[in-house]
Amino acid sequence: MIRNYDKLIFELSKEGRVGYSLPKNELKDRYCICNLPDNLKRESKPCLPQVTEFDVVRHYTNLSNKNFGVDTGFYPLGSCTMKYNPRLNEEIAALPAFATLHPEVPVEAAQGALEVYYNLAASLAEISGLSAFTLNPYAGAHGELTGLMIMRSYHLQRGDTKRTKVIVPDSAHGTNPASAAVCGLEIVEVKSTANGTVDVEDLKPLLDDTIAGIMMTNPNTLGIFETEIPEIARLVHECGGLLYYDGANLNAVLGKCRPGDMGFDIMHINLHKTFSTPHGGGGPGDGPVGVRAGLEHLLPNPQVKKNADGRYYIENDALSAGNVSNFLGNFGVLLRAYTYILTLGCENVKMVGPLAVLNANYVKESLKDVYYLPIEGVCKHEFVFDGLADKSTGVTTLDIAKRLLDYGYHAPTIYFPLLFHQSIMIEPTETESKETLDEFIAVMRLVAKEALENPDIVKNAPYNTPVRRLDETTAARFPKTTYKQLKG
Amino acid sequence: MKYFPHTQQDIEQMLSVAGLKSMDDLYGEIPQQLLFNREFDLPEAMSEVEIRKFFETLGKKNSQLVCFAGAGVEDHYSPSVIAPVISRGEFLTAYTPYQPEISQGTLQYIFEYQSMICELTGMDVTNASMYDGTTATAEAMMMCVAIAKKRNKVLVSATMNPRVRSVVETYAKYQGVIVETIAEKDGVTDLVDLESKLAGDDVAGVILAQPNYYGIVEDYTGVADMCHARKAMFVMNAKPSALAVLKSPAEWGADIACGDAQSLGIPMCYGGPYVGYLACNSANVRKLPGRIVGATTDVDGKRAFVLTLQAREQHIRREKANSNICSNQSLMALYVTMYMSVMGEQGLKDACSLSYSGAHYLADALVATGKCVMAFDKPFFNEFAVKTTVPAQKILDTLASEGILGGVRIADDMLLVCVTEQRTKEDIDKFVETVKNI
Repeated sequence: MIRNYDKLIFELSKEGRVGYSLPKNELKDRYCICNLPDNLKRESKPCLPQVTEFDVVRHYTNLSNKNFGVDTGFYPLGSCTMKYNPRLNEEIAALPAFATLHPEVPVEAAQGALEVYYNLAASLAEISGLSAFTLNPYAGAHGELTGLMIMRSYHLQRGDTKRTKVIVPDSAHGTNPASAAVCGLEIVEVKSTANGTVDVEDLKPLLDDTIAGIMMTNPNTLGIFETEIPEIARLVHECGGLLYYDGANLNAVLGKCRPGDMGFDIMHINLHKTFSTPHGGGGPGDGPVGVRAGLEHLLPNPQVKKNADGRYYIENDALSAGNVSNFLGNFGVLLRAYTYILTLGCENVKMVGPLAVLNANYVKESLKDVYYLPIEGVCKHEFVFDGLADKSTGVTTLDIAKRLLDYGYHAPTIYFPLLFHQSIMIEPTETESKETLDEFIAVMRLVAKEALENPDIVKNAPYNTPVRRLDETTAARFPKTTYKQLKG
Repeated sequence: MKYFPHTQQDIEQMLSVAGLKSMDDLYGEIPQQLLFNREFDLPEAMSEVEIRKFFETLGKKNSQLVCFAGAGVEDHYSPSVIAPVISRGEFLTAYTPYQPEISQGTLQYIFEYQSMICELTGMDVTNASMYDGTTATAEAMMMCVAIAKKRNKVLVSATMNPRVRSVVETYAKYQGVIVETIAEKDGVTDLVDLESKLAGDDVAGVILAQPNYYGIVEDYTGVADMCHARKAMFVMNAKPSALAVLKSPAEWGADIACGDAQSLGIPMCYGGPYVGYLACNSANVRKLPGRIVGATTDVDGKRAFVLTLQAREQHIRREKANSNICSNQSLMALYVTMYMSVMGEQGLKDACSLSYSGAHYLADALVATGKCVMAFDKPFFNEFAVKTTVPAQKILDTLASEGILGGVRIADDMLLVCVTEQRTKEDIDKFVETVKNI
């Protein structure tokens, strides 16, 4: 019943209803907005809903009932690290002492906020083995772009103007090449070996004095650790390039090994993945960027510093790669991540990676007889199946994903990475219990069985969701992206 | 550790299923020299009780000031109903709606967000939101260059917020795009300079602000024709909360509208999270970056919403995508959608009216103190620049000692002061009294 709610907020509107209350304007007679010159004033009327406060609460609560989050159930979306988002983090981020702070307050009035920024940046540097961090970029892709700007600035400031290419593995996430292009870099693809890691022999001939650097995730998008990373780092550095670490998969090695020790020069972290801040239906996240010693001055402005007597201040470095955000990033997200790190403490941070990796291997080993595992061996935080082991059923990865929805699970990441045709990428994270994993394994096995015995059930799923499979073709061919267009 | 569910027995059973003997075996393939072997130099784990105390203490190191600062971030009223609803786990802990069948909540509120942004700006289409106003404007710059094809110059008015300009310039620098400044005259964009800079027929886009950095509502009559005659796009960075009253970007003839929607009730939170918006005409929808939600039906004919026009995006187009943006600022888009729903057109107008009246009352009173004169003789909205006869810093310091954040110093003798519907007449009178006594 609740899930059948199908109104748009505009459809609740009734002329004359109000949902707000504001003080009376005592100054209106002397200073009326009607005095603005007529040619600066709006002519058309914006059609916003006229609803009560209660309408708004009930409407959006009803919409929330048609949504699935980590709080609802298991969300094994590969490469997205959908771990538990502690409520304490939310409470801290909402403290008025931080939430009401204007970014232009003098630094003396923001010492607490600057301390959060400074200490979180230092914690991330310790955890990742790098020298310094900016917390200004807003998201993973934004961090990538910032990191590449730092890479380009490094070469340009040394007068090395030829380095305009960046090497990206063919297994990389689409944002890697897209970020490189937005940064004005040309993309050179390096091939993967049969086990999904960077092919060092294919890499060697690509390395010359036009290479700005290489972008890698480690473990890569298949959940495989790039064991040749010391050799790759040596080769890339030898040719004068820098190594960029895409932190999308940092959860796999958190506490166990550090990108800085692997030889990476620049990296970003997704606080909304590794450091438990909520994904918010797509954001806000935050994408801190770290650099090794010697590159700190290239971090974006503004930068937060601490002077000898322990006071924090804000500085703009003339050699910085530039400004990439309004101010100091999504500060509210920083408060959440810092709370999480303090809650874990030094003794628990080092357990995150191992427990996440244990969960992934447990699920993989429990399912690999019914789903096709293209790459054997110990995986890291995630792994990829290439569809069902039995290919005779005609049941696709999409079908399996949709059937999982019926059973109360979010689907894994599907059709990524592109190296396989039927990729199912599963990342359980460390916050899921053995019982949850066992139930998921049972359901995955059940779906595989259904695919064999009654494939049509799987092919037409889902049945139990608020809506069923959607007509995406019509949506793209005749886009209706606003209520006005929908009404016609 | 409360976030780790496994018992020792669980761990042993799971290792055995995975065919491993110990936790170390999980990393057995990793070269020994890469393994981290010491303790982290981080504090020990803190309990919830200790964490609360810790942040309470830190919070006291910030000062709570009555806010008269703006410069792109304003202290607006936020209805009480928003925070509890957006913190529902079904919204808060979801991700990008890849599985539309179980993400109709997110998809529908984004559809409603898109609808309302288009109503306010008058534009045809918008995306599911951008990180903030600075990056939204940088993306608008990239759209101009992509649409113009062979042109790589954009013009930005000197009256643009410098934070926005600096991000546009950063993005431009790495893409080989030239950013030229249109001169300012008496606090507004010099349209004569604009026309002469357009004369070379090499400009992809012209980026102007409304209201501008000084709070002035600029008269852009004729600008659209001027740009279009030279085949340049007209981009307007507009403050959405003001658009219930001010002529919309579409009414000015803009091709792209962009900006920060923080003014729609989002807490200031030391600079973020906010939400950027980016809107354009239907003709350019395929150049619009980011996620877009569209309406459709399911197999049973039920109305539903889905991510659409994805062929523009990075996960399909990789390096040929319009932009590298992957996510959006979804939860903050929900924030402003709820805000616009609660306020409606009349609520937005009333908030504008209060802000306008308060700002004009304060401006007059400050001038009457003899310590300030209006920097420009131009119509302004809820923010204004004054020239000060004593050092601006001295005014700010004195106000701060009275618990007031008096604005933003934009020159040694210039202050930018902003008033919102949250400031009472008593707040304003105290401000004036304090300045008078300097």
